[in-house]
Amino acid sequence: MVALSQMDEGGAPAIRPGDRRARARGLRAGLAVLLGFVMLVSLGWGAADDTRVLAAIGARLGLAEASLRDITIIWDIRMPRMVTAALVGASLAVAGAVMQGLFRNPLADPGLVGVSAGAGLGAVAAIVLGGFLPAALAAFTGAYLVSFAAFLGGWASVIVLYRIATRGGHTSVATMLLAGIALGALTGALTGFIVYRANDDQLRDLTFWGMGSVAGATWAKLVAAGPIIACALVAAPFLARGLDALSLGEPVAAHMGIHVQKLKRIAVLTVAASVGASVAITGGIGFVGIVVPHLLRLVQGPEHRTLLPNAALLGAILLLIADIISRTVVAPAELPIGIVTATLGGPFFLWILLRNRAILES
Amino acid sequence: MKRFALTLAALAFPAALWAESYPDARSIVSIGGPVTEIVVALGQQDRLVARDTTSQYPPEIEALPDVGYMRQLSAEGVLSVAPDLIITRNTAGPVEVLDQLRAAAVPIVEVEDGFTPEAVVNAIRVVGAALGTHDAAEALATKTEADFAALASERAKGAAPAKVLFILSNQNGRLNVAGRGTGADGIIGLAGAENVMGAEFEGYRILNDEALAAAAPDVVLMMDRQEDHSADADTILSLPALAQSPAAARHGFVKINPAALGFGPRTAEFARVLHLAFADAMQAEN
Repeated sequence: MVALSQMDEGGAPAIRPGDRRARARGLRAGLAVLLGFVMLVSLGWGAADDTRVLAAIGARLGLAEASLRDITIIWDIRMPRMVTAALVGASLAVAGAVMQGLFRNPLADPGLVGVSAGAGLGAVAAIVLGGFLPAALAAFTGAYLVSFAAFLGGWASVIVLYRIATRGGHTSVATMLLAGIALGALTGALTGFIVYRANDDQLRDLTFWGMGSVAGATWAKLVAAGPIIACALVAAPFLARGLDALSLGEPVAAHMGIHVQKLKRIAVLTVAASVGASVAITGGIGFVGIVVPHLLRLVQGPEHRTLLPNAALLGAILLLIADIISRTVVAPAELPIGIVTATLGGPFFLWILLRNRAILES
Repeated sequence: MKRFALTLAALAFPAALWAESYPDARSIVSIGGPVTEIVVALGQQDRLVARDTTSQYPPEIEALPDVGYMRQLSAEGVLSVAPDLIITRNTAGPVEVLDQLRAAAVPIVEVEDGFTPEAVVNAIRVVGAALGTHDAAEALATKTEADFAALASERAKGAAPAKVLFILSNQNGRLNVAGRGTGADGIIGLAGAENVMGAEFEGYRILNDEALAAAAPDVVLMMDRQEDHSADADTILSLPALAQSPAAARHGFVKINPAALGFGPRTAEFARVLHLAFADAMQAEN
């Protein structure tokens, strides 16, 4: 059967593991170069196209003179946006790949462990009920209340789900999936209840939050959320061997010497932390977590050791490009980035899918 | 000690007197429909370089670049039009973006939002001070106050206030209606009528049919939008929730310009027209 479908494709050569690894390494180098290029474009190009980029960069370093406006645009608007888009894109893509490996389900994404629903509830509660906070607490959290609440909500919902699914030191992936659906419905209902209490302005804010944006990125938010995301990204490759073993089934992975329970715990917590922190700064950005890992699997195969680093690179590139488009295409206004990722990602993913359907269906 | 003196000074002078003034600003971004209307009413539209999506009056203003919805501004987008002053409703945002704009040394003048004649007059004074056109602002404020006073005396002559239900939208038979603290509530009150939901809740809510039937409005008020066919008089008045109301009996159905929901220089005129429309509707006795 396999041979037949490959002949149908016009004799596409069978890919051997060795070739795949070489291909993945080549891809990684290419993606790294591309990431550097896209970051430069992201810094150098924007709605304010009369900004003197090099002078503004130099001004903070004491090398050149530039107006306060240019310095603000480069250092306090474009730079935090660039770093945020890259970090969040990488974290969403890696989290997606880890979830798909852990659940052995191609449709898995961070939403499955309740991060997105929990973060959504946190954000909605903060937007609508933030006014009821005691003045002292409100002054402490200030403009970052929504981000903080989103992170807390995402994290709390994952912990609850993990506790539910874990019994006698064993976490059941099936229970986690199903309980996740139940918990998601409950979180959705609570969110709906709060949304019902919202006023007009708040409703608009909620809608925009759900479509995601990198526009609110500031150094202060990055200092809070960046290290969490960075730690998760550094930790992810250490999961790769375990996830590769897990793809053969839990018993086999255990026989191969993988501590499956530990692997699950670390994977879930890593995803919760990195996605929680990402969603906290940017709101809901869909699609990256599903598209990027699948795209890479089609090109380089399913091995996590090479998949995870490449997913980080491609996720960062994708979100950077989406952000560049979102802030230039309707300038001086700005499109929510979630619209851009879905509009670009949807058709592109479909095209890749149709071109490679022989591999998928064999 | 110095701070104490400053506080005293702040208390002693009304806000408008020591409001910020930027008479030399030539590249102004105006955010919020009513703010833009005031800038234009003061004859300063040539100093505007951009506006937000909610600024649509007068129609010529739409030729200016649009920096996006007023609660979803983009810092770089606003800076790209090189503003030397931003005048905005205080409900604009996000907060981070306003902070970034301040960091880029662009002065921002915030105009308090409100649904009362006092709020309109105060907004005119704050915008006038910001533009450095005190005399024009004072004249406009005086005229606006006179308009509201004339409206009040006209209101006093009217009969018993009509009970009005404002419907923001008809979502497949479920009606989203205005409570207190809304622009609709404000304009209904100025027009000498009573918002039937004014005592019930704040903001806009989708109500159940029984509550609407119990409210028994004399007149139904909706926004005048050409494209919205679910807002036709017959469609609305034949809904089960309203079919037995006095409004359906006398076909009391009035439409207003959507701009009337934001309070600005035209508010007194909107309210006057609305007052007459309510009187007409009440007169069409059964």
